[in-house]
Amino acid sequence: MRKYTPKDNVQAKSYYTDRFWVAPRVPKTEVEKNSHFDKVVKAVDAKVKLQGAAVELGQLRIVIEAKDNIKVLTILRDSCGYKMCSELSAVDYLAKDGEFEIFYQMLNLDEAKRTRVVCRIKPGEAIESIVPLYKMANFAEREMFDMFGIPVNNHPHLKRLIMPDDWEGHPLLKTYPLQGDEFASWYEVDKIFGKAHRDIVGPENRNPALIDRYDSQRFSRVGYEVPFGAELNAENEKANPIEYSETLLVNYNAGTKDLKKRT
Amino acid sequence: MAQHQVSYTSSAGLPIALTSVDKLINWGRSNSLWPLTYGLACCAIEMMASGASRYDFDRMGTIFRASPRQSDVMILAGTLSKKHAEYARRLYDQMTEPKWVISMGSCANTGGMFNTYATVQGVDRIVPVDIYLPGCAPRPETLQYAMMMLQKKIRRESANMNNNTKQRII
Repeated sequence: MRKYTPKDNVQAKSYYTDRFWVAPRVPKTEVEKNSHFDKVVKAVDAKVKLQGAAVELGQLRIVIEAKDNIKVLTILRDSCGYKMCSELSAVDYLAKDGEFEIFYQMLNLDEAKRTRVVCRIKPGEAIESIVPLYKMANFAEREMFDMFGIPVNNHPHLKRLIMPDDWEGHPLLKTYPLQGDEFASWYEVDKIFGKAHRDIVGPENRNPALIDRYDSQRFSRVGYEVPFGAELNAENEKANPIEYSETLLVNYNAGTKDLKKRT
Repeated sequence: MAQHQVSYTSSAGLPIALTSVDKLINWGRSNSLWPLTYGLACCAIEMMASGASRYDFDRMGTIFRASPRQSDVMILAGTLSKKHAEYARRLYDQMTEPKWVISMGSCANTGGMFNTYATVQGVDRIVPVDIYLPGCAPRPETLQYAMMMLQKKIRRESANMNNNTKQRII
């Protein structure tokens, strides 16, 4: 079993907060009367209960309930000319609201209009698949399942798309550490050699600035050359000057005397 | 190889050169290093350029082979993801001994800028590496230099690979 480390507070607790920083908001405008978006809102509102509709950056954003997603997308496709669903995925708002936001980015190719359909679900709840309406949703929903762990009902082939099938965790969750959890850090070693091999390979080096002067395998030791892989410590380290061309080396201390003169 | 002058008047008129078996075998091995055609990311573009006519790996006896069973060197050129690590190791296992590995570029050496959950932090975690080639991406000349360094290394070593000290993952 992996050791459990609490990750609930990762999103809320930021290590640096500017007191005067205000998160920029996309300005929302009302839907203009008799515009294309007005027709869309009316067509959808006639069938299902809308939770909100606004225009953001020239695109309509409508908020619906998660159970209505098939109904709304059917209306958009058949009555409003949205022949294409260009993207769908989820956003992790678990720390803020305890919910995922799922969005469907729709494209009307004839009138060059875009509409975003947005709904929210709780973690553990499933969303209905829109593969019967849009074939592109096949991979997109698999990716959503892979990255967020949101199950999709009636999906023809729901399995991980990007991560390996035997992966643990869902990497796009805000609680997932960027450098991976314990499982991720040993994944390739466990898979190829088995867990018993962990001691031989050792943990990952996540420090890009690591310098180990006693490591004779991975670091060059100019003036202190030893055989490759030789055991070293402070006692047996011996200066072993080599002859080299003066012109090839930069004397970084050349300017220090001049600086002292000036002061 | 020993420099020799042919003397047709001695040794029954036969040109004779004396050398050791080690040197003879290593001469053969080092001058026909066939790398596996195996590109992982943008470093593979530089690797392809090294093989193409301008830089011309062929003149060094380095010919890319499309099968691990026919190749001697594995050039890990690019970011190795954790999902793919298993298959990289499988390709390495399929190569016949003796075999060598060149880790090409920052990503293959240490994970490079991909300090993330999905990237192998250095391919030496899964295969024993002979030459680490720095750069992002290394130019074709650099890869050629790495190949020449590998040739030097092979010539220096014992022909019996069991005698050589090498970082052994398994």
